[in-house]
Amino acid sequence: MASMLHQIQHQSVTIRAPLPLDSGQRLDAVTIAYQSYGTLNADKSNAVLICHALTGDQYVASDHPATGKPGWWARMVGPGKPIDTDRFHVICANVLGSCMGSSGPATPDAITAQPLAMHFPVITIGDMVRAQAMLLDHLGIARLHAVVGGSMGGMQALAWTVHYPQRIASAVVIASAARHSAQNIAFHEVGRQAIMADPDWQDGQYYASNRAPAKGLAVARMAAHITYLSEAGLTEKFGRRLQARDIKSFGFDADFQIESYLRHQGLAFTDRFDANAYLYITRAMDYFDLADPHEGRLAGAFAAAKDVRFTLVSFDTDWLYPTSESRRVVQALQSVGAAASFVELSAPFGHDSFLLDVPALDRIVAGALTANI
Amino acid sequence: MALRPDLATIAGAVPAGARVLDVGCGDGELMAALQAKGVDARGLEIDPANVTAAIARGQSVVQGDANRDLADYPGDAFDYAILSQTLQTTERPDRVIDELLRIAPRAFVSFPNFAHWRVRLALLWGGRMPVTRLLPVAWYETPNIHHVTVSDFRDLVGGKGISVEAAWYLSGDRPTSDAAASWRAEHAIFLISRAAS
Repeated sequence: MASMLHQIQHQSVTIRAPLPLDSGQRLDAVTIAYQSYGTLNADKSNAVLICHALTGDQYVASDHPATGKPGWWARMVGPGKPIDTDRFHVICANVLGSCMGSSGPATPDAITAQPLAMHFPVITIGDMVRAQAMLLDHLGIARLHAVVGGSMGGMQALAWTVHYPQRIASAVVIASAARHSAQNIAFHEVGRQAIMADPDWQDGQYYASNRAPAKGLAVARMAAHITYLSEAGLTEKFGRRLQARDIKSFGFDADFQIESYLRHQGLAFTDRFDANAYLYITRAMDYFDLADPHEGRLAGAFAAAKDVRFTLVSFDTDWLYPTSESRRVVQALQSVGAAASFVELSAPFGHDSFLLDVPALDRIVAGALTANI
Repeated sequence: MALRPDLATIAGAVPAGARVLDVGCGDGELMAALQAKGVDARGLEIDPANVTAAIARGQSVVQGDANRDLADYPGDAFDYAILSQTLQTTERPDRVIDELLRIAPRAFVSFPNFAHWRVRLALLWGGRMPVTRLLPVAWYETPNIHHVTVSDFRDLVGGKGISVEAAWYLSGDRPTSDAAASWRAEHAIFLISRAAS
């Protein structure tokens, strides 16, 4: 349950400097939990920042402290891996608004010591990136060799190129987009409504009670999980097969394997994620639109980023962040003359392909990181 | 591995420091040779396996189609555009040439010469679409949908007021003369430049 989640100790730093937010509000101090791997070299030129996705965390290549499962990108990050920690100093920070040690809705109020809950300000992808920049300042890293991310991590990587183009040499953006589409927002709203419709949500003030909106959060996760997969993948993995039974029950048990799988995914998620954090982070993603401050012209956002090397990858079965969104970014980059690479890879796993076994992705990430060395 | 003769010719002719777009760059073989001599080379390539291979070797390549995606590049984004062995596969070669010379003031265009004597003989005596060393695929599955000869190309660019700054004609890996090119060149490489307006 969420209460246990908040008892985990994370490596973190609290920076007592104000962080002005896109909403106009500000945080007076920011706590950022992070993990790092590999050694920072003498001239501090080998740092790679990995940005995690919506429900990801800083444990990119180490076992998750709540679930004990391997890091979410252990296949990509490590000694001899595409993001080679023998070569690079890899940093991954829990995003602002999340629940794995960084400032978020579970953070206690400075005066009352009660969790802020819905008094935590609404944050944006840009705010997350500014918090990461504060962490790098604290660590004495002026410039990143690369910033790498998939999905919401890719949004942060793109935001890095817009907000801090001088601080990064290269950006690797996988299965992502420069804006959230109406469909993306719609799915998130379903998830948020599921959480807020759970009586245990209690207007977000559930931390001190013995009840947390696990049912609502589980439903949110179930709906979202479908969007991370492809229809062909679902059909191949589950089809219409029944779950541990030979005949239909003519009831509302999880007759089908896909139902059982989704219920399990939803429930397991509530052990490692906070419902309010889910509300805040999905909101940040919905507000994301890099072209918005430039009258809808995405190229305007990248005007200062023409010296950054970009690598974008999409997957042909990803209908959540389809190839057309990556192409839109590539077109904007070409119009400002930035060095951009782009490829649509074929993989059966839908949006989740960026986390799974796609050998071509490994080669691309490795190539993108070693291009200018 | 030695560079294909037409690519070696182009690689030798691009000056160091130039900005180049290689349209149909394959797995980045020519770009690698260009980068080795200090050229800022970027690529456009339709085949995702080739794009992956090129990015894996550290190159900047965008997956795209020369028929449509050249429109995404702003005018004068490059010093040179390169279209090697691709013109004859495009839907509208004339428009692709216009696009090349919009993106860059100069372009290298290379193609297999369909008037080479072996091709002529194959048609004359065999009465069949030729299958040769440079055109190894049967008519029904060849990607070459717009076969072109040296004379056709000269006529096309001449009609557009495009200047030919240089031309190289290859028979195997040996050069052949301008006058004999129509018959003897298996392969032609033109350096063309934008019509003065």
